[in-house]
Amino acid sequence: MKITFDWLRDHLKTNLKEKNLLEQLTNIGLEVESVQNLSSANEMFKIAKIIKTEKHPNADRLKVCNVNIGEKELKKVVCGAANAKEGLITIYAPPGAVIPKTKTKLVEAKIRGVTSYGMLCSESELNLSDESDGIIELSSKYKKNIGKSYFSKSLSNLIDLSITPNRPDCLGLRGIARDLAASGFGKLINFKENKIKSNIKQTLKIKISKEKNQGCDVFGSCLIKNVKNVESPQWLKDKLISIGQKPISAIVDITNYVMLDINRPLHAYDADKIDKGIIVRNSKKGEEFTALDNKNYKLENGMCVISDNKGVLGLGGIIGGTRSGTEFDTKNILLESAYFKPESIRTTAKKLSLDTDAKFRFERGIDPLSIEDGLNKAALLIKEICGGEISKIDIQKVKIYKNKTITFDPDLFEKISGFKISNKEMIKILENLGFKSKKKKKYLELVVPSWRPDISQEVDIVEELVRISGYDKIKIIDPIKERKKSTLNKSQKLFHFLQRSVASKGYLEAITWSFTDSNYNDYFKGSNKEIKIVNPISSELNVLRSSIFSNLMMYMNKNLDRGFKDLSIFEIGPTFTGSNPGEQNTVVCGLSSGKKSRLSWIEKERNIDVFDVKRDVIQTLIEAGYDSGKFFIDSVTPSYYHPGKSGRLFLNQGREQVAAYFGEIHPNIIKNVDIKTETLVGFEIFLDNLKLPKKTLNDQKTKFYVSDYQKSERDFAFVVDKNINAQDLINAVSSVDKSLVSNVKVFDVYEGDNIPENQKSIAISVTIQSFEKTLKDNDLEKINNLIIKTVENKTGAKIRS
Amino acid sequence: MSDLKKLKEEFLSKLNNKLNLSEINQIKSDLFGKNGLVSSQFKKIGTIAESERKKFASNLNIIKDELQNLINLKINEIENAEINEKLQKEKVDITLPERPFLRGKIHPVSQTIDEISSIFSEIGFSVEEGPDVENEYNNFTALNTPDNHPARDMHDTFYLDEKKEKLLRTHTSPVQIRTMLKDKPPFKIIAPGRTYRSDSDQTHSPMFHQVEGLHIDKNINMGHLKGCLNYFIKEFFEVEKIRMRFRPSHFPFTEPSAEVDIGYEVQDGKIIIGEGDQWLEILGCGMVHPNVLKNVKVDPTKFQGYAFGIGIDRLAMLKYGINDLRSFFDCDYRWLNHFGFDPLDVPTNYRGLSR
Repeated sequence: MKITFDWLRDHLKTNLKEKNLLEQLTNIGLEVESVQNLSSANEMFKIAKIIKTEKHPNADRLKVCNVNIGEKELKKVVCGAANAKEGLITIYAPPGAVIPKTKTKLVEAKIRGVTSYGMLCSESELNLSDESDGIIELSSKYKKNIGKSYFSKSLSNLIDLSITPNRPDCLGLRGIARDLAASGFGKLINFKENKIKSNIKQTLKIKISKEKNQGCDVFGSCLIKNVKNVESPQWLKDKLISIGQKPISAIVDITNYVMLDINRPLHAYDADKIDKGIIVRNSKKGEEFTALDNKNYKLENGMCVISDNKGVLGLGGIIGGTRSGTEFDTKNILLESAYFKPESIRTTAKKLSLDTDAKFRFERGIDPLSIEDGLNKAALLIKEICGGEISKIDIQKVKIYKNKTITFDPDLFEKISGFKISNKEMIKILENLGFKSKKKKKYLELVVPSWRPDISQEVDIVEELVRISGYDKIKIIDPIKERKKSTLNKSQKLFHFLQRSVASKGYLEAITWSFTDSNYNDYFKGSNKEIKIVNPISSELNVLRSSIFSNLMMYMNKNLDRGFKDLSIFEIGPTFTGSNPGEQNTVVCGLSSGKKSRLSWIEKERNIDVFDVKRDVIQTLIEAGYDSGKFFIDSVTPSYYHPGKSGRLFLNQGREQVAAYFGEIHPNIIKNVDIKTETLVGFEIFLDNLKLPKKTLNDQKTKFYVSDYQKSERDFAFVVDKNINAQDLINAVSSVDKSLVSNVKVFDVYEGDNIPENQKSIAISVTIQSFEKTLKDNDLEKINNLIIKTVENKTGAKIRS
Repeated sequence: MSDLKKLKEEFLSKLNNKLNLSEINQIKSDLFGKNGLVSSQFKKIGTIAESERKKFASNLNIIKDELQNLINLKINEIENAEINEKLQKEKVDITLPERPFLRGKIHPVSQTIDEISSIFSEIGFSVEEGPDVENEYNNFTALNTPDNHPARDMHDTFYLDEKKEKLLRTHTSPVQIRTMLKDKPPFKIIAPGRTYRSDSDQTHSPMFHQVEGLHIDKNINMGHLKGCLNYFIKEFFEVEKIRMRFRPSHFPFTEPSAEVDIGYEVQDGKIIIGEGDQWLEILGCGMVHPNVLKNVKVDPTKFQGYAFGIGIDRLAMLKYGINDLRSFFDCDYRWLNHFGFDPLDVPTNYRGLSR
């Protein structure tokens, strides 16, 4: 909502300065978004006289004018207007001036080889009218003002307010003035509203059809005959220009003025174009009309339309139609002032994707009791400016408005706000805001003003009182440092732990969108449903992500394009399995590219591989408190992993839920996405699948118990079938005697010479130690033999001799 | 006697020559070997007259110690020289780079969430969460924003179905609803998380982060709200004094509602939070609307309290001098490295929020 202090002064008597005004507006909840100094810009437009014109040497239609702008030297201005001639008094804009219509800033420029110092303006360029044919011609009366600013009165600053949707009354200057006055910023000026005094009957028949979901409660109107629609007088033009509106014609300007001044939207019809009378009714599917925005609208059932015998004239409270619009030659006017229901307006406008100033106001709620005020004010102004005869006001109603009443308990104020004001003060504030109040025992019986649709219960009254008293009166009550419940629950603690654990392994944490490109998502979606966003911001962000990989791949690619090679990034966040609330999983997903120790003088460089990510996953899970002795790993993984170089991890042999996947990304995806790197490996840890132990880590710990007896390390080399997993061997060894076998390590895997085809050799080091005694040679021999026998039996391996 | 003396003189002078290790070892065995000169003198002790014996033995021991010490000294000298020579040869160019390492970082938004949680933890708030996909009821209707309410226009919503029943939550406020439906009052929670609006330009991104706060109990009033936020802002920006302004605003789910501005100034192109004469809006808050409490079956005549919603990304930008909101989600390696935090920097109360 744009206002000026000058316009506010029509309604508010105050000695305070604009600086105070800006503060006060914000203090009472009418937030000042910006203040624009228009006058300094407008002062640049000067009255000037063309002294001499010459033909432009290089262009037939252009003239070079020597212009007197009240300075010693004449300015050379290139001008294309046909009416530019010697002796003409017009308006000159110097370099630096911003042309209101185009918002462009003038600069000194060569036009076809001749430098032009500024320009001569047309009315349209200054937003004074639509007249763009030629430059402004001022009467000779302006002669004595040459060199002075054209805009007689310097404009007051344009203040842009952000009005919250609950305050339609403040979409009019008067509403703002009323709030300011209630807060002690000046006094609201009371007008004796002039009323139409007429004996002429309103002869056009108006009817609000009685039907279900009628969107119009009241339709007020008057006829004004024999008007002459002219340009608005200067004061009215100035007023509209001052808040950035463009004057059009007196009738349109007057209806706009009344709307801005008291938030009373009006509509003017060319009465001669209305066939017989007006019917306000619900539209029928398929009806059409052309609106004032020159667009054709096809209507559905149940939209509130203003129609005549021939059909739809306009959408009530939203937009009028071209068929009955006023023009400069309009003679007879029907002026409408109505009440349309917010829900009806909003539904219709949404369906048709229409947004107009009237719609914006009606959907927030117009004062239902402002119908006559609006007609009186506008009709009298039209008569004053355009002449004509006004009829009596005609009001059609299907519903009678009743003011809301609220019984307010004054104690509630302190209970909510935490501070006290007297009952007397409360009553004063509320009455200044337009409430009527009556004491009833300890309560206040309040009648809510008709322009405040937002107030419906006691707490709304508290809000008014706190707002007007000032939020600075609320006293700070310091919080008590006391914790009754732990801040994080177990799964939240795990989330934070995993996040920092992964980062500590060299991964940079990224946060990417929860949505992604369906083309990328397809690679990782698997059997999951695609979850489309109905109204995506772009086609590259059109689905909810099924995996974090799609985004990490995209961004990994961008970073590789930036010239980085060896990157590790991760994200912890949601992936989606369905479009219902809760159909999401929390996943930690990491992705690494390139090599280890690239260009190192000391270490041998190598491609990053599946065992690098395996380490990251396992170390992270161990650090998070899970027992690696129970982990079960196999090679069943989703299709976006390399089928031979990827793994799946369960937290225990029960294999209930997959705790993690890890491995190389499938080469086909790397090819399709066109990522240029030596290798790409990644992992996913599924938080929701990690069981949260009931016991704390501390409680899970067994008694501290170690053996100080001599331990011995024995090495074994087994030859096994190529497709036997190392894990099987390790499990076999571990199963031998848990009280003696304490550590099993694979230290070599070999295929090739001396090993039969389709077989491999796995070398294992086993630590053997007893808790009871130092093992003797024959004890060790026994356990050795048992290990060999068990492994051979369980895996079909043969000990290498 | 003189034999001993002679022996001593002879070997002392021998040992004072420049000798290598084997020559010294030769001398050592000449003297102290099984039949060495000194060893054989010891064998003689028994044969010496009793009156002389004590003195002889004593002298012999002195000579033995003297020679032995000298021999050990010489051996040490040579060994040290050898070690030094060896170490000299092993010297590396220590300015060569260390073995490669990778350093991970925590995203500034995650760090900020941890900071926020740490601050609110001190005053008894616990963390709640809710799903990113919400139904229309939790996101709007239950929050006193019925369909056809103009306030819905302020939230450009992403929808997941044509009926507009499922959506990406536009704020973290639905967590209020979920929490209050799940449990019984009192409530004292914060709910950080991802939020979504279909808006994208320099200052808006389609995804951003908010933290919701909710405190419902008997007799919680606007003074408590002001106190809580005043405490939070001071702690978060780690400054002693901060100018803070509450100004009236409107949210359908709170009444009265307020927006909170903090004071700042610009010094050398950098925003300094605290004093200054400029105002910066950082959050919205208010007393939870009785209609909201009724919707979640909490009796508004018995319980009341406040709620607030803070933009996390914006807080992070202000505290850590980040200019562009969209850079948070661009995943630029250089940016993540520059603005990220070491994983060991866990914000805590006793160590301070930041280093």
